[in-house]
Amino acid sequence: MPFRIVPLLLLAVVGLAIAADVDYPLDAPGPDGRRPGGTLTQSMPAPPLANDENNDLKRERNYPDQPPTIPHSIRGYQIDKNGNKCLSCHSRANSARSQATMISITHYMDRDGQALAAVSPRRYFCNQCHVPQKEVKPLVGNTFETIDKILQDDANAANKP
Amino acid sequence: MKALFALLKEYWGILCRPSVYFSLGFLTLGGFIAGIIFWGGFNTALEMTNTEKFCVSCHEMRDNVFVELKDTIHYSNRSGVRASCPDCHVPHEWTHKIARKMQASKEVWGKIFGTIDTRDKFVNLRRELAEHEWARLKANDSRECRNCHNFEFMDFTRQSKRAAAMHSTSLASGQATCIDCHKGIAHKLPDMHGVKGW
Repeated sequence: MPFRIVPLLLLAVVGLAIAADVDYPLDAPGPDGRRPGGTLTQSMPAPPLANDENNDLKRERNYPDQPPTIPHSIRGYQIDKNGNKCLSCHSRANSARSQATMISITHYMDRDGQALAAVSPRRYFCNQCHVPQKEVKPLVGNTFETIDKILQDDANAANKP
Repeated sequence: MKALFALLKEYWGILCRPSVYFSLGFLTLGGFIAGIIFWGGFNTALEMTNTEKFCVSCHEMRDNVFVELKDTIHYSNRSGVRASCPDCHVPHEWTHKIARKMQASKEVWGKIFGTIDTRDKFVNLRRELAEHEWARLKANDSRECRNCHNFEFMDFTRQSKRAAAMHSTSLASGQATCIDCHKGIAHKLPDMHGVKGW
């Protein structure tokens, strides 16, 4: 009977030996930006909710076919099969009255490029592509450069002797 | 008809004759007190039906429109000022309130006969119900909005550019009233096909 316990004891001893030997932190730091200063097991206070950017100023697009961001708050805007609050200003017919940007002609086409009478169903849900912005710094940094910047850098480099 | 006329004439006779058994003091004081009780009771009952608690005591309101209100700024916001059902749906001035309350007897009919007692029935009737409210607010120049939102005291410099542009032109000139643009701000919208501006 006592002999049956021997393998288990051995396993426990070996396990302890290995565990004591770990030379990396078990509690790793959290992903960059998401939890500044925190580790995976730590609970950090949630960052405060930021306000929507609401200045009605068009932002630059980073590439020509980027869906433009929404420069105003869209709190409570209903977009479903009953109605689309965005289109009450941005549709072809309503943009003259509201002086809002008309949604582009591509939104009135099916996927074969055929023109439709009304907004295409596949383009109907505005915030699948267009999103409002918050007044915050990006959580994760990036080194993206627009094509204009790259071309300019090239031109500048060529001009130098 | 003749019998009814005779009956009315008899009662008129009683009303015209001076009281035989009751003193003038009893009659005037009794009338006064009875007046207080009846008028007070009427008003108390009226105000009782003019509370959110009363509205959401029916599942038609509690499960449909009230849950939708809870997401909106008229229910929960930074300063904690909120609108309850009667703030928007019942006029605050007495005469208008009584007129609206008489209209609302139709709602009692609807409750008794289950006009919207299921979600499907409610959704089917939603456009019609919404149109009633739009028509009411359009006709009275959005009076219930203006109980709290007073145009005279709007500071356009504190509004977003779009809001200021609209409020200082269409609203200021009276061409448009609140409900023309602000539909579906407290509840979800019905099917909006054919509604002007949508």
